Amino acid sequence: MTKVPVQFVLNGEEKAEFVESGATLLRALREKIGDTSVKAGCQQGTCGSCAVVVDGELRLSCLTLAERCGGCSIETTGGLAHGEVLHPLQRAFNEGFATQCGFCTPGMIMAAKALLDRNPQPSREDVVEAISGNICRCTGYEPIIQAILAAARANSLSAA
Amino acid sequence: MELRKTYFADERKDDLKEIGQPRLRSDALGHVTGTTTFFADRNLPGLLHLKMVRSPHHHARIRSIDLSEAEKHPGVVRILTAADVPHNVYTILILIQVGPEDETVLATDKVRWKGEAVVAILADSERAAQEAAAKVKVDYEVLPAVLSIEEALAPGAPIVNEYHGQNYYRYDSGECRKVRYGDVEAGFAGADHILEQTYGSGPIEHAPTETTGCIVVPEGSGRFTCYTNTQAMFFTLDNASIILQMDGAKLHMVGGTVGGGFGGKVDVTVEPIAILGAKLTGRPVSFIYSREEEMQISSPRAAEKLVIKDGVMKDGRIVARYVKAYIDAGAYSRHSPYGAQKSAAHFPGPYTVPNVWVDSYCVYTNRTPSSAMRGFGVTIGDFALEVQMDKLARLVGMDPLEFRFVNAYRDGDMKAHRQPTEGAALIECMQEASRAARWPVAEKYLAMSSARREG
Repeated sequence: MTKVPVQFVLNGEEKAEFVESGATLLRALREKIGDTSVKAGCQQGTCGSCAVVVDGELRLSCLTLAERCGGCSIETTGGLAHGEVLHPLQRAFNEGFATQCGFCTPGMIMAAKALLDRNPQPSREDVVEAISGNICRCTGYEPIIQAILAAARANSLSAA
Repeated sequence: MELRKTYFADERKDDLKEIGQPRLRSDALGHVTGTTTFFADRNLPGLLHLKMVRSPHHHARIRSIDLSEAEKHPGVVRILTAADVPHNVYTILILIQVGPEDETVLATDKVRWKGEAVVAILADSERAAQEAAAKVKVDYEVLPAVLSIEEALAPGAPIVNEYHGQNYYRYDSGECRKVRYGDVEAGFAGADHILEQTYGSGPIEHAPTETTGCIVVPEGSGRFTCYTNTQAMFFTLDNASIILQMDGAKLHMVGGTVGGGFGGKVDVTVEPIAILGAKLTGRPVSFIYSREEEMQISSPRAAEKLVIKDGVMKDGRIVARYVKAYIDAGAYSRHSPYGAQKSAAHFPGPYTVPNVWVDSYCVYTNRTPSSAMRGFGVTIGDFALEVQMDKLARLVGMDPLEFRFVNAYRDGDMKAHRQPTEGAALIECMQEASRAARWPVAEKYLAMSSARREG
């Protein structure tokens, strides 16, 4: 199988790997780099568990070829916290009971982060729209929506 | 959240410290940082990938299996067939003496549902396993299939599962689970109205975001470590032990972290064959359902057909209830004989009815085996019963909530399956619901109590 070199920045760190040509970013992150915060739920672009942020845009890593990410900056939930200091979204999900089984959580948080990065004060409708590609089978979504809104409020307080 | 302490105040000390207080989940920090370790979150050198060759037919005889092309496929390490499985015919609930063993780990002479496992491919990569699976040639003689409860129970229907001999589970009580209480015919004879309705439901898939799977590592000690997302660790351990004819002490099951289960991960479908693969190759083996397999292959909630006939008086009292319940197990038992049994006991619902007759059948069809899902055997019955309650209320011209107060069970009432009611709280729940939903009921219902009967 032909291997191709790929180099990108993951959560601020330079990464260089050889991946099989045609390998998804999901596989490269999980199996080559060992970032298992990215989850494989459907591998067909329907569940959002594998969502990551690539150059500021929310992307499904199961539908993104690793070799097309050369030179990109990639963010995953695994890189959000600074040591023990959680990102406001992580704090809000933790405190707001917005996780149950936890499998959708990393993708959900990345979808929320992509939203807050471009729209720090979203409406409820904005939040619902932003996570519309992410499936959660446990929570019924409401605690997730509330957590994202709470994180946005916390951000605005710390910015003030 | 408001905690209302007036109900049953004399039954407990008023020292609840946790209820009504926010508490952090102990596992949430791992979830939000992406550090919770799910079974698949491990990379192992030399990992083999298992892919299953599955039946494309609902019901067929296997004439022959040709592995010659698949064996030659680059990356293929081993191919498993029924002959490799030490105890190939099993049933999960044999652990509690609910037999007969009726399901093959890998098919031998027949397949009984579309998607049934026939041959397992072990290869160096998932892609190689997938490609080799496509090269396995199975010669099938397609047989007539039974795809509904009605077809299964029709005279002369093809037999779905020869281990049972007929298309329903035979209980020690006969062809169905039975509840007999009072005199249901006399109840109907004295009733002011009789209402008979039929309710039906289709199979429901749990669709967890994490698909079913496991990774098995052969250890130097001769043991096998099985990282799994099963919801039923000991069912899995004990059934794997039976299927593999291996001392349970050799099996080290590691799990408890499940990316959504809802009952869908209590069957034992991936671990035994993956452990066998690890044993025969000496390499770690990963067997993870694709999303397509999760949706098509993993067992759903059973389809049900429920016939409910009630006799009711003008004042709203239900005096007779007759139920015929049919639970579609699919091709194999799994947990369905238990589900059908549970439904029989449940059927009067949370109501006191003096005359009850229930027949609950566990039926075999050539459909995906059904199994556990959140209150299986009960949930669909509750849907049907509560729709029936609304219809009965309309029939006698009563408010549907008041109608339920009239029939609600209370402490000391005998249930149809001969368990006296204890700790009932239906009346208090309905009183609270009446207030919360602003659905007023007459004062006499607000004065009722589950703990005593008035007058």
